[in-house]
Amino acid sequence: MFKKLAIGAAFAIALIPAASNAAGGGEQHIEDFHFSFEGPFGTWDQNQLQRGLQIYTEVCAACHGLRYVPLRDLEALGYSEEEVIAYSAENFEVFDPEEDDFRPATPVDHFPVNDGVGAPDLSLMAKARAGFHGPYGLGINQLVKGMGGPEYIASLLDGYTGEEKEEAGTVLYENTAFPGGWISMAPPLSEDQVEFADGHPATVEAMSEDIAAFLMWTAEPKMMERKYSGFVGVVFLTLLSVLLYLVNKRLWAGVKGKKEH
Amino acid sequence: MSHAEDHEGTRRDFLYYVAGGAGVVATGAAVWPLINQMNPSADVQALSSIRQDVSGVEPGTQLTVKWLGKPVFIRHRTGAEIQEAQEQDAEGVEALPDPLARNLNLNADAPATDANRVMPSPEGEAPGAWIVQMGVCTHLGCVPLGDAGDFGGWFCPCHGSHYDLAGRIRKGPAPENLPIPPVEWVDDSTIKLG
Amino acid sequence: MSGIPHDHYEPKTNGEKWLDSRLPIVGLIYNTIMIPTPKNLNWWWIWGIVLAFCLALQIVTGIVLVMHYTPHVDLAFASIEHIMRNVNGGYMLRYIHMNGASLFFVAVYIHIFRGLFYGSYKAPREITWIIGMLIYLMMMGTAFMGYVLPWGQMSFWGATVITGLFGAIPFIGDAIQTWLLGGPAVDNATLNRFFSLHYLLPFVIAALVIVHIWAFHTTGNNNPTGVEVRRGSKAEAKKDTLPFWPYFVIKDVFALAVILVVFWAVVGFMPNYLGHPDNYIEANPLVTPAHIVPEWYFLPFYAILRAFTGEVWVVQFASFITGGIVDAKFFGVLAMFGAILVMALAPWLDTSTVRSGKYRPMFKWWFYLLIIDFMALMWLGAQEAKYPYDVFSLIASAYWFAYFLVILPLLGVIEKPEAQPETIEEDFNAHYGKADADATPAE
Repeated sequence: MFKKLAIGAAFAIALIPAASNAAGGGEQHIEDFHFSFEGPFGTWDQNQLQRGLQIYTEVCAACHGLRYVPLRDLEALGYSEEEVIAYSAENFEVFDPEEDDFRPATPVDHFPVNDGVGAPDLSLMAKARAGFHGPYGLGINQLVKGMGGPEYIASLLDGYTGEEKEEAGTVLYENTAFPGGWISMAPPLSEDQVEFADGHPATVEAMSEDIAAFLMWTAEPKMMERKYSGFVGVVFLTLLSVLLYLVNKRLWAGVKGKKEH
Repeated sequence: MSHAEDHEGTRRDFLYYVAGGAGVVATGAAVWPLINQMNPSADVQALSSIRQDVSGVEPGTQLTVKWLGKPVFIRHRTGAEIQEAQEQDAEGVEALPDPLARNLNLNADAPATDANRVMPSPEGEAPGAWIVQMGVCTHLGCVPLGDAGDFGGWFCPCHGSHYDLAGRIRKGPAPENLPIPPVEWVDDSTIKLG
Repeated sequence: MSGIPHDHYEPKTNGEKWLDSRLPIVGLIYNTIMIPTPKNLNWWWIWGIVLAFCLALQIVTGIVLVMHYTPHVDLAFASIEHIMRNVNGGYMLRYIHMNGASLFFVAVYIHIFRGLFYGSYKAPREITWIIGMLIYLMMMGTAFMGYVLPWGQMSFWGATVITGLFGAIPFIGDAIQTWLLGGPAVDNATLNRFFSLHYLLPFVIAALVIVHIWAFHTTGNNNPTGVEVRRGSKAEAKKDTLPFWPYFVIKDVFALAVILVVFWAVVGFMPNYLGHPDNYIEANPLVTPAHIVPEWYFLPFYAILRAFTGEVWVVQFASFITGGIVDAKFFGVLAMFGAILVMALAPWLDTSTVRSGKYRPMFKWWFYLLIIDFMALMWLGAQEAKYPYDVFSLIASAYWFAYFLVILPLLGVIEKPEAQPETIEEDFNAHYGKADADATPAE
């Protein structure tokens, strides 16, 4: 009895913690998008990340920074060194304290800080939001579906209803994914706003997914390496467990007699 | 376990060895990241190769840039300096304290001729117009002064080493010529260090 | 060292004798490793090794992380991102350290509840128990200060709320809080001292662990029957025990490997599951997160802290008789620390002469209820402080105190224990059958 109960208890220990993430969010609607990087074996969709970068550069970068992301990391999206150098210099200027002036960015620099209009930095946004909660504060949804950071971002960008209202001099826009339902960011995306080199359709929903995937990459650039380490470790430790089980069994065989019943 | 079961002994030992071996592998796999984390991180590695726009470096001037935490002298020589350097060169490398070029872009045994010390010039410029070298005195690591010394090149104020217009040691305690880092032209006005 | 008779280390060669007469370290290690251990220990006894492993893991990964971390309010958050993005394998080291804290607490809670069920706290093991409680307190302090270091929103506001507890102490509270923080609010001075102490405390814990082991090596391990090892002679003791090496080392290491499979899966596939998303937002003293929650392992005691509000009659009564010195805020703090104190006093609150819960028919059920109570408190600690959670929290908190202060003392008087086995050998043979008479344990 104790054993069974305790196993149940141990299981509950594993589940309850994420309850801590269960902030109440009203009637938020977070769509469970399917991303290619989900699950233990999911990988980045490089084309999607490149599209996401393009949308970030052409749309989001106007207000949002990516201060923790080094430009050199863009080589992981499949760009060559020369392409990254050109991209950095063409799109961003950074302040160089040695020259005491702004100069074109190089791959050694980070994406610039952009807090001009008070928009939050997006480097870690996909990890700083949780789309899924509950049920009942038990954290099971996060266990099954993941934390839901990119899902939240995509749902938010695709969640404008078109309604707006003015409150204390600020225009608020109705959004089905935002806690409270009204957000101060105007709908940033519109159909065919961006033209993709790979000919991918530029609907608001598709672009929302692309930017969400890109921001997951900026938040966790080492995700693939991490999952690979996880996989190798789990396989090896399982093997080690089996070996140790056999050793233990053999070691104790002489001490434990044959069961009489 | 019973000692009577000797025929099981080898199988038992084999199991122990395999498990022990797996344990050793696991330990090794755990220790390596702890060592590797002390190697240069990605941001430091990214600085191991830098590009420098030299379009603003007029003949007769020198630009000092920091690379790998040390100063690098990028010298744009005038026609007169090139000529003077070639005259210095005429004395032959055997007369030099250090007869080797110390140029990482060439073989280790390349002789210290002026041609082996300078960068290939971009199109439209006289050969020997550019010389790029580490600004670290080979004696005890001070930074030499430009346009100074008995040979018109560099002079180290710490212990009085004189370098000529090709950065070769001529007089004083320094044992070697100023080393030349891996360097190349990316385009006509940009050089890449490292 | 051990009270159980067994073969001690004998230096044989001249070299061994030379060393032994000067520094008997080989003998110390030998006697520690070969300690006679009750052979009927079940799988609940593996968590000690897991805890030792966790301590080593956290110290090693921690020392390594310090090489890249910067304890300054302007740089701390960025230095964590530097670890995650630039340092070779840094993301793994950081995630291991982060989730290692959770594994540490999973292990310590199971270890504590194992002790509570099998009566490991009872005489003559009170000192082992008290030292264990001290280690647990130190662990909480270390974990709390470690959580501040990344300088995220939860770091900052968690530190603000928890140090605020000390401000609740009557008369000198404000002075203590200011002293703790090094200023009027959580700031650079706080971050720096927390960093220093977060580095120091694990080594204090390690020292206490040695004392903890020393203590129970003196009394001998408890075991699932609670029956003591026979100590009449070496031969008798041998029937009840097996040497720690290799029998229990291999068993524990096997269990550890299985646990690490799960741990590694968490680190590799869902490293942020146990964390809070808000901690990926840099600390901002001007904006409080919508819902501040501590890490999961603090939740049960956080629930107790919040349960005692001004509307509870006990609190009003305490306030009345102390002339308002003990207000609701201070009462909550007292309740939280009291919840751990009553647990530490269990050796003297439990009046039963029977050690193991296995042979205590009534105790069992109250104990299972305590486990459920603990889980409920953990869940309640993460909920918002409003109806009906506040009522549940109060009931659950009340049971926690009732278990130690009322149920444990009473049960010893009214309960009729079941028959216990005479010896550990008897219990072992009942489970596994008698081994061959001529079989000898492997060397």
